[in-house]
Amino acid sequence: MTRPRIATASLAGCFGCHMSFLDIDERLFELVRHVDFDRTPLTDIKAIGPCDVGLIEGGCANAENVEVLRAFRQQCKALVALGACAINGGIPAMRNQFSLQEILAESYLDGMGLDQGQIPNDPEIPLLLDKVYPIHEVVQVDHFLPGCPPSGDAIWTFLQELLSGQAIRLPYTQIHYD
Amino acid sequence: MTAYFQIDGVPIPFESGQTIMDAALAAGQYIPHLCHNPEFRPHGSCRVCTVRADGRFVAACTFPASEGAKVECASDELRELRNGLLQMLFVEGNHVCPGCEKSGACQLQAVAYYCEMLAPELPHFFPRRHVDASHPDLAIDYGRCILCELCVRASREVDGKSIFAIGGRGIKAHLLVDSPSGKLGDTDMSVHDKAAHVCPVGAILIKHRGYDRPIGQRLYDQRPVSVVGDVIQAEETRDD
Repeated sequence: MTRPRIATASLAGCFGCHMSFLDIDERLFELVRHVDFDRTPLTDIKAIGPCDVGLIEGGCANAENVEVLRAFRQQCKALVALGACAINGGIPAMRNQFSLQEILAESYLDGMGLDQGQIPNDPEIPLLLDKVYPIHEVVQVDHFLPGCPPSGDAIWTFLQELLSGQAIRLPYTQIHYD
Repeated sequence: MTAYFQIDGVPIPFESGQTIMDAALAAGQYIPHLCHNPEFRPHGSCRVCTVRADGRFVAACTFPASEGAKVECASDELRELRNGLLQMLFVEGNHVCPGCEKSGACQLQAVAYYCEMLAPELPHFFPRRHVDASHPDLAIDYGRCILCELCVRASREVDGKSIFAIGGRGIKAHLLVDSPSGKLGDTDMSVHDKAAHVCPVGAILIKHRGYDRPIGQRLYDQRPVSVVGDVIQAEETRDD
């Protein structure tokens, strides 16, 4: 049997979910005995290949987020929304209360302490979307693991159940939205 | 002779005039609910307490208990239905749990945990709603209001002030404050009013005590709402 391949990415997130993933601590050694890692900040591999599981932290705030998310969807058999931001946009989605124009003006033109401000338009900077989207509004998502971040224990329970083909069932203290 | 009906096969005694919810609560049988509070007249708006009574979908908080009725509450069908209702409540508002003072002691969150809802899998509305921080001791975040009318009922029936009302219809329904400016700061609302303590979510917040309980020690961190009870009961027994 081939070993499952896992990829991870952080879109409009804070890398807190990845930090929490590292919080499974010594269990990482057990995990790497059973799985291989593809594209993830842990391996520094930049392009994703065919994978069994893709863990996505963060929502979609810009064009690059959408591109990475679509590549993951194409390559992963099971795509997981990991944490609050991937699930509902989270804290970055609080900008959805304002128009993009208002936000850019406040940040780069009229904000306090700004002198001769200008809105950045370097072609290397990914264009912002009109709002921050939960990832399931952009691609099909197979599983959701809530938390800000999900605890190391919740991630461990989830991965064990997912990789052994069981239904996902988290104990009460491992389900939280904050 | 005491009359009985059944919830998921468990016999529940009831008195004439009691609803399914009244009898269930009295018997210690938990039925998930948000807009219901035994101190007030039932409202039946959130539908989270939907059960199947003799085959019919009814709101347990408004439907009278009757002799021999067979009520389903925990079937897979009802769990799925309830989960869908909760998901709709989440996507209709702006429920950013990581940024809410009420998180951990929020009944919407707690009922969703109890129902094992992992995520609202529907398109999010992200409605544009404002925050009213005009009152010195209270704040209202309209983005979190689930229109349960508990504050409306508490202000009218207990405080005798009728500060709150729901205006508009359907998706445009929203909480109103009775003052010329529409601001809470321009009413005679007091932090000691019942209406200041009944909000099941983080829509009406008491100022100056945000995040005073560490994660792990908050109301619903260790035990589910079915064991801990509603937010208001805990709110009224707070020792500070």
